[in-house]
Amino acid sequence: MQVPAVFDYERASTVEDALALLVRHGPEARLIAGGHSLLPMMKLRLARPDVVIDINELKELDYIRVEGDELAIGAMTRHATVLESPLLAQHYHIFAEAERVIADPLVRNRGTVGGSLCQADPSEDLSAVFAALRGRVMIRSATQTRTVDARGFHVGPYQTEVRDAEILTEVRVPLRPGSGSCYQKVERRAGDWSIAAAGAFVQLEGDLVVDVGIGITAVGAEQFTCSEAEEILRGSDGSESVVETAARRCGELCNPSADQRGPVDYKRHLVAVLVGRALTKSIARAKGDMS
Amino acid sequence: MRVAIKVNGQECSSEIEPRLLLVHFLRSTLGLTGTHWGCDTSNCGACTVWLDGVPVKSCTTLAAMADGHEVKTIEGLESSGVLDPVQQGFIEEHGLQCGFCTPGMMMAARALLDRNPDPDEATIREAISGNLCRCTGYENIVRAIRWAAAHQTAQEGAIA
Repeated sequence: MQVPAVFDYERASTVEDALALLVRHGPEARLIAGGHSLLPMMKLRLARPDVVIDINELKELDYIRVEGDELAIGAMTRHATVLESPLLAQHYHIFAEAERVIADPLVRNRGTVGGSLCQADPSEDLSAVFAALRGRVMIRSATQTRTVDARGFHVGPYQTEVRDAEILTEVRVPLRPGSGSCYQKVERRAGDWSIAAAGAFVQLEGDLVVDVGIGITAVGAEQFTCSEAEEILRGSDGSESVVETAARRCGELCNPSADQRGPVDYKRHLVAVLVGRALTKSIARAKGDMS
Repeated sequence: MRVAIKVNGQECSSEIEPRLLLVHFLRSTLGLTGTHWGCDTSNCGACTVWLDGVPVKSCTTLAAMADGHEVKTIEGLESSGVLDPVQQGFIEEHGLQCGFCTPGMMMAARALLDRNPDPDEATIREAISGNLCRCTGYENIVRAIRWAAAHQTAQEGAIA
């Protein structure tokens, strides 16, 4: 029977309350939201916090709404809510397509957007989604709120910009009229981590690609993306050959490791194929093909 | 710490360690052994129960997190001695062999049918994709859930 090591449990009822508890208990305290990453790590002693602060009562962070020209997603929004959100579906296919392949329905009922990002697993899907969409992450402490680009949020594997006594409260994504987006993932079995996955958005004006974002996960891509491939596409006509060149570049520039999910050359090939599909589908959707 | 959790409609209060997992609280503290404890890594779904009406994996939930909330286990699925159509479906369609995954399967299936009374096969397979079975290969389980959908519709039709 695997059980976590001994810890003290606290429950926060508001963001201020959670921040005060973090201040009081110091750096050995950890927030727990869905718990589906943290608790398995605690069972394995990969994480051993002295204090666990339960933030599941923070309903104030459970929302998806439009604010100005941005989508705002609260950190405590569950994966199941993101999957089924009509508002997100209206603006970006990538959210539901990514969520459908994150873990399984039971895990998605508990897991949260903020929890996934803060866990910062190198194979995590939403990190690739927000990197593709060039989202911004809002981080609060007792004294200030600061904003970090999604592409600067990950400091390393399992490490983020969120410091002691801070909470990730919200993720923001710009609305982009005339854009299409898509997520493509290959996994070994239902609910597994990716062998590789790619997300993209393409924004068109006429036939011109005016903006583009590419997110890649599980293959060691810096900040879950490939800006050089984006530059190949930006300003182009988004033709088949340009997409293919950009996709191949993603495969070349990522840095996958050989493991039980496959050798390096296979993963590079897979990245190129998935990025190509995600871009092609995004372009078709930007042109009005809503399938 | 002391927790008070409503389990299958009954208020249960107990002194626990914060690290106690919900699955062990149900099985060891309350003696409700219908909830099975399988892989321990949130993969197999044998420990599936409802927390405030939503199916979750109880091996990855602290009992402390359920304090003040409602839990429903497989023991709470039948009412007044009448099996839930999902339970009856597993009997009718031979939806189990060893039975280990069955409670979790049933809790996931009941949650699906409450939201979608007439799911197609793909929807059923998606809904139980977090519940692993090592015996039947899912064919009979899917048939059992379809049986439940058909018979609860018939029941509701009869009442209407």
